[in-house]
Amino acid sequence: MWSLLKIELFKVFRRPRTYIAFIAVWAIVSLIQIAIYVDGAKYIDFVLKDVKDNFDVIGNPLNGYFVCFIILQTLLIHVPLLVALVSADMIAGEANMGTLRLLITKPVSRTKLLLSKFLASSVYAVILLIWIAILGLFLSMLIFGTDGLLNAKSYEIIILNGNDIFWRYILAFGFAAIALITVAALGFFFSIFAENSLGPIVATMSVIIVFTILTTLDIPLFQSVKHLFFTSHMIGWKGFFEMKLDADGVSIPGTIRNLPAVLRSAGVLLLHTFLFVGGAIFIFNRKDVLS
Amino acid sequence: MESIIKVTHLSKIFKEITAVNDLSFTVKKGDVYGFLGQNGAGKSTTIRMLLTLIEPTGGDIEIFGYNLKQHRKEILSNTGAVIERPDLYKYLTAYETLHLFAQMSGVKIPRLQLMEQLEMVGLASRAHSKVRTFSQGMKQRLGLAVALVHNPQLIMLDEPTNGLDPQGIADIRNLILMLSQKMNKTILVSSHLLSEVEQIANRMLIIDKGQKLVEGTVNELFNPDDTVVFLETTNNTACEAMLAQSSYAPQITGVDAGGIKIKLRKEEVPAFTRLLIEQNIHVLGVTSRHSLEDYFLKITTANQHVEPFKN
Repeated sequence: MWSLLKIELFKVFRRPRTYIAFIAVWAIVSLIQIAIYVDGAKYIDFVLKDVKDNFDVIGNPLNGYFVCFIILQTLLIHVPLLVALVSADMIAGEANMGTLRLLITKPVSRTKLLLSKFLASSVYAVILLIWIAILGLFLSMLIFGTDGLLNAKSYEIIILNGNDIFWRYILAFGFAAIALITVAALGFFFSIFAENSLGPIVATMSVIIVFTILTTLDIPLFQSVKHLFFTSHMIGWKGFFEMKLDADGVSIPGTIRNLPAVLRSAGVLLLHTFLFVGGAIFIFNRKDVLS
Repeated sequence: MESIIKVTHLSKIFKEITAVNDLSFTVKKGDVYGFLGQNGAGKSTTIRMLLTLIEPTGGDIEIFGYNLKQHRKEILSNTGAVIERPDLYKYLTAYETLHLFAQMSGVKIPRLQLMEQLEMVGLASRAHSKVRTFSQGMKQRLGLAVALVHNPQLIMLDEPTNGLDPQGIADIRNLILMLSQKMNKTILVSSHLLSEVEQIANRMLIIDKGQKLVEGTVNELFNPDDTVVFLETTNNTACEAMLAQSSYAPQITGVDAGGIKIKLRKEEVPAFTRLLIEQNIHVLGVTSRHSLEDYFLKITTANQHVEPFKN
């Protein structure tokens, strides 16, 4: 299995297309960093416009942690697309190139072949996320420094101390890895039905966009079922940036407000991953390869 | 002799189309087995079933004496294949391609040996060129090297000369002969060209509409005495009437607007042409071909019903 995974990773990272995602992330992150560097003060004013008369902001709100938070929220839709570019190509791309039939004539079971391909796309997703962490978090910390994080929500502003943030980012990136692996699994599932990668990529993105819209619509019908959509759980990483409150309503540093909800979201994502990959293996093992 | 492939009552139905219908044949150790049929006859479907790409609807496949379904891994470990086009990863070099498929076949092959494989197919000088820069013939040779990289006993080649120029066809033909004669491989090679298979195979099978029409050794099937002469004259009707009165009457196998077909042994041809001259028949052309060629042409040129070939 390890040998197969190495082969798949070798193929993934020898393809020029793979690096489009890394360049795209670099471009997006750089643009956000430049924009905040140049015009960040106005942005902070805008964020705090409703409360600035009642609060004195001390320290450096425009720090690396804050910039990374903005970057992660911005990339919410883009990164799944970049992951789908590779995962949805895993089987469909081989079918399109005509190499799938060659792979299947090798003494490797279809299940192992599929698992190695899925693991390779998961490794790619994680490496892409590490790249985002390097550029979005570490580079932002280097450029903008570190301080407390302003997490402005529609009904509250959460202020995290500078020394209470880094571990939250580690967990948030861990959660994002699970979410991206679920996206990879979805793209991979669609990939077995097609003979070129465009269809599975579009299908994956369509599912993410449609379900995200349904999740955000305030219509009772969708509200009652939205917890079943994996897209509702992809933003679970934000839960790491909320603290528990004590009896007086004061935040308790070092705590996570609703850890069970975050873990439940991670569980739902993992369940979807299992279903997508299991479904792909079940169908592919019974499929005639005619490409 | 030991059977390498034994196919029994094999069939494949795609929705309403029967691609392979009750097909049985045996490939013996050391054979270069020609698998012939026009496009759509069921050759590729059969080869894909032998390689587990397609699940048969019915029948049994035994390779190396083992059931294919139950011993897939062991069988494929000892089988190499080129299926139709030699599609490979365009972004890899020839050496990387070979190395990758050696690993996939579960064998570790030293660099020197991989280079020898490339040398064998005439690609050593292009070992580090990307596949996207290769001609069709070079890709086909690299595909063959991939099929051979793990030193399999059995090689299946599905239309290996498709899309190649005459030199490319000759290269592949020579490679197949070398593999058979020097390396003692068993080779199943499909084609829609009888002339191509005739030059390399020792046994052959012709199928049409998924069914077996004829199977045998090339020597049996290509009996040199079994020739069909195609005669074109200025007046085919008069010629046919004359021949009908002659001793050649039972040998006439067909008459149409284009000419007359008559089955002759090779040594009969001079006497036959002399008779035409004596009878003042103005001959426009005399073409002779083997009766199997004629039979195969019938299958491949028209959608007509053909009876099993009788030698």
